[in-house]
Amino acid sequence: MTLGLAGYYEAWWIQIIKSLVIFGIALGILPLIIVYERKLLGRFQNRYGPNRVGPFGLLQPLAEIVKFATKEDSRPVTAVGPLYVIAPMISILAAVAAFAIVPFGDAPHIFGTRVGLYGVDTSIGPLYVFAFGAIAFYGLVLGGWASGSKYSYLGAMRAAAQLISYEVSQGLALIGVVITAGSLSLTHIVHAQGGMWYFIPQFVGFLVFTCASFAEVNRAPFDLVEADAELVAGYFTEYGGTRMVAYLFAEYLNMMVVSGIAVTLFLGGWLLPFGIDPPTWVDPFIVLAKMFLFITFFIWIRATLPRLRYDQLMSFGWKILLPLATLNALVTAIVVVAVHS
Amino acid sequence: MSWTPGEDQIAVQRAPEPGAAGGTYRAFGETLRGLKTTFARVVEGVTTIQYPEQKVPVYPRFRGRHKLHRFEDTGLEKCVGCSLCAAACPSDCIRVVAAENTPEDRVSAGERYAAVYEINISRCIFCGYCEIACPFDAITMGHDFELSDYSRADLIFTKEMLLAEPIEATPLRGEGE
Repeated sequence: MTLGLAGYYEAWWIQIIKSLVIFGIALGILPLIIVYERKLLGRFQNRYGPNRVGPFGLLQPLAEIVKFATKEDSRPVTAVGPLYVIAPMISILAAVAAFAIVPFGDAPHIFGTRVGLYGVDTSIGPLYVFAFGAIAFYGLVLGGWASGSKYSYLGAMRAAAQLISYEVSQGLALIGVVITAGSLSLTHIVHAQGGMWYFIPQFVGFLVFTCASFAEVNRAPFDLVEADAELVAGYFTEYGGTRMVAYLFAEYLNMMVVSGIAVTLFLGGWLLPFGIDPPTWVDPFIVLAKMFLFITFFIWIRATLPRLRYDQLMSFGWKILLPLATLNALVTAIVVVAVHS
Repeated sequence: MSWTPGEDQIAVQRAPEPGAAGGTYRAFGETLRGLKTTFARVVEGVTTIQYPEQKVPVYPRFRGRHKLHRFEDTGLEKCVGCSLCAAACPSDCIRVVAAENTPEDRVSAGERYAAVYEINISRCIFCGYCEIACPFDAITMGHDFELSDYSRADLIFTKEMLLAEPIEATPLRGEGE
């Protein structure tokens, strides 16, 4: 039952190196996720995904980035100048900042110095994620509004409604975990899962969190924010070139953040089941492998479920997820109190 | 036509209202079924044909680019320059100019031969009437279908091109395939 920052101090240069490494890894993995998603989606539809550019189509994202980067950064006449430019930056900044909290391992001694294998280990882990999730959402809404187009505006309004509705359930789903672990620090929560990963006792919480996460990162079946068929592309309809890439980058990075949080809170972080205790240097790879599985699940769901209608989205969020999450938090609280007294 | 109001009403099957239990079951239970369905597609494997490397074999009667033929024993052209193919052609894409065979220069088995035989492939509709019209089976529809080119002039096939074997043989579908 410890609260507070991890009990050691890191020099400023270690923190800079750490953030660079984490950012580098995230940037390196993102294109792979994009090509993986497209290839896997292909398999789900009895076809190969992209397989022409480079070996196995692995250079596809590179080709696309070159294409986007060489495009004109167009801007509608009705756009609101500075906001139109700032909005994608807010989105991407929030996504990168939220990624800092995902723990890839404990704090081992590297060359005699104790280094935490994470960006930061705040004493308010999940709250930090929600805070940056809420900021990310300014990127969406400002982008949609500043574009000066009705489709963008509709997309932004949908994003607003959706994020507000699902953030509640997402937060409530985590309360069960926090009560069980007795801490808000993500590393403490992982350590508390030594006996049993939380997705077994907190299965309902895990389900609710997963659903709400899909909505939070605007992925199918909750992608009616983008809704290609109805709204062209939602809030980033008017964006092109690198600014649109920024939005896409933020979306995929958010997917990684959400996977990381789910892995940390429910799937035991860097722990392995059945008492297997690998050396410390394996820890980040375990976390990455679990995130990879979670992302695979994201893609699988995308290949399966059609987009929800707006009223279905709202009734699912408020009438199913929220009661489930509340009930879960309540039952967990009662059980924890009963066990401890 | 008489029409009474209410006649064209259709009964709409509505899903149950999203109650707690039913809604939860639909949200999660039915999703599992959907996941199973899509995963079965992964297990099924890929049905894509990687086109330029891998081609769908054509049927024996497939009407592709035309071919002109020679007699196998003598090597003489079968075409005698009668222009019946040009007459039969609905899109008027065949041009035949006939010339007399001489004892010194014998090109075809008949009296005359086609000095010029051109098919404008960009106009051809691949109907196969030329093949039917030909009294000597000199022209047949081949199996080649990759006929794109960079200029229209390149799509006018001359007699030499039509007589030559295709550079790459189109795969042919076997019996019962």
